[in-house]
Amino acid sequence: MIELVNIKKGFGEKIILPDVSAVMETGKVNLIIGSSGSGKTVMMKCMVGLMPVDQGKVLYDGQDFTNMSDHEKKEIRQQIGMLFQGSALFDSMTVEENVMFPLHMFGKGTLRDKKKRVMECLERVQLKDAAKKFPAEISGGMKKRVGIARAIVLNPKYLFCDEPNSGLDPQTSLLIDKLIKELTLEYNITTVINTHDMNTVMESGDHIVYMYQGRKQWEGSNKDIIFSKDEKLNDFIFASDFLRDAKEMRQLEMFQESNWRDKLKKG
Amino acid sequence: MFWREFMRQCVDIGIGSFGIVFIISLFMGGVTTLQIAYQLVSPIIPKATIAQIVRDTIILEFAPTLTCIVLAGVVGSKIASELGNMRVSEQIDAQEIMGINTKGYLIRPKIMAAMLMIPCLICIAGFLGVWGGQKVGELSGILSAEQYWQGLRSDFKPFNIFFALIKSFIFAFIIASVPSYYGYNVQGGALEIGKASTSAVVVTCILILFMDYLLAALLL
Ligand SMILES: Nc1ncnc2c1ncn2[C@@H]1O[C@H](COP(=O)(O)OP(=O)(O)OP(=O)(O)O)[C@@H](O)[C@H]1O
Ligand SMILES: [Mg+2]
Repeated sequence: MIELVNIKKGFGEKIILPDVSAVMETGKVNLIIGSSGSGKTVMMKCMVGLMPVDQGKVLYDGQDFTNMSDHEKKEIRQQIGMLFQGSALFDSMTVEENVMFPLHMFGKGTLRDKKKRVMECLERVQLKDAAKKFPAEISGGMKKRVGIARAIVLNPKYLFCDEPNSGLDPQTSLLIDKLIKELTLEYNITTVINTHDMNTVMESGDHIVYMYQGRKQWEGSNKDIIFSKDEKLNDFIFASDFLRDAKEMRQLEMFQESNWRDKLKKG
Repeated sequence: MFWREFMRQCVDIGIGSFGIVFIISLFMGGVTTLQIAYQLVSPIIPKATIAQIVRDTIILEFAPTLTCIVLAGVVGSKIASELGNMRVSEQIDAQEIMGINTKGYLIRPKIMAAMLMIPCLICIAGFLGVWGGQKVGELSGILSAEQYWQGLRSDFKPFNIFFALIKSFIFAFIIASVPSYYGYNVQGGALEIGKASTSAVVVTCILILFMDYLLAALLL
């Protein structure tokens, strides 16, 4: 569980996050959603300590991460896997070496075991064939997937993904969502995802935090979102006519379902 | 992993700048011979003196300082832009997140590789410079190979070599550390990488010249 307690963050005069408190739950896919520029990336970077916060603190399973010594921070960080918005692959290394990197640095076991683990991870993101290519030779979506493979290779306890499926086609995007969800449940990971992909929201949003201009505007699950009355959230999520229709259909469906259930119970 | 990175840097710095060092040291030796011959016109001074002066100028000043000024451009800009690019594309952040001490992991191998390879390059530059001077002297009919060798051997002070080596270690440290600092601390985008690498090269050159002066004043 990761807790953010009254986080404040600004750059010079400009305040990006005035006062954010939130809880990222273990074993769930926690989504941070919000329009472009609403401070999602900044919030995630504050959470992992890449950006120092101005005020407030971040707790990892009750431990105060913000005021930890460098040594203690390192220990927590070795349990963190992170995918950056721009993938951040090491461009002097091949795809395979990129995924191998954390294993080389911190992993135990023989080179053979490590190679096996790397191939396993690449297999999960369907990139086994690209193992020998350099980051400059693969597409943006492939880079994202390599980034995910690199983030999960050490079986992290905390997984952060900054827009894991922007730039991916809908099919691959779903595949990645499914993969992240599977891993989260399988290893009981605390997963935090930044996204504005509505599929992700509906498919894997166990716990959603909606950010509006640096503030937490709404919080709930993907089931709550259908019935939410929050105007800003509705404008954001159901931006197109198509999505509004889909929402109404889903509402109807869920309504009927619960009606059936009630009837079955009574009957 | 540290050793791998160290070897990679050694190859980059050593082999990567060998070509340019080769060319400049040959020309440096040749031109020095020509110019010294031009200035020493008196018939009382033996021809061998030319070789002696060429030797000392090259060992004391040209091989270490001139080569390092060029290396500041070649190696320095490469280090600054490599680290700058890693910073801007969040590769350094990615390593930081893994719990890696990025300063140690990224900068230390560069400094160590530079301090190993650059003195080697400077020794090679010294030999090539002296050799180039001899060839040019012979080809342009200024002095024969025998006269040249005789000049090289007379009044040779081993301390000069020691001085050149001290210089090269200090310059090597500057060439790797100043650009590392600029590259590592880049903020912004591609434009800033360019600016950082320009400033890195300028500052490195100035520091080299300043240290050159200081060492000459202190040790000679
Ligand atoms: N290093 C920085 N220096 C100054 N301002 C910054 C910096 N990083 C982000 N910002 C500002 O913070 C605000 C939030 O940016 P952030 O990257 O968190 O947005 P985001 O929600 O991740 O958007 P997107 O969905 O487009 O990725 C933006 O207005 C941006 O200009
Ligand atoms: Mg972002």
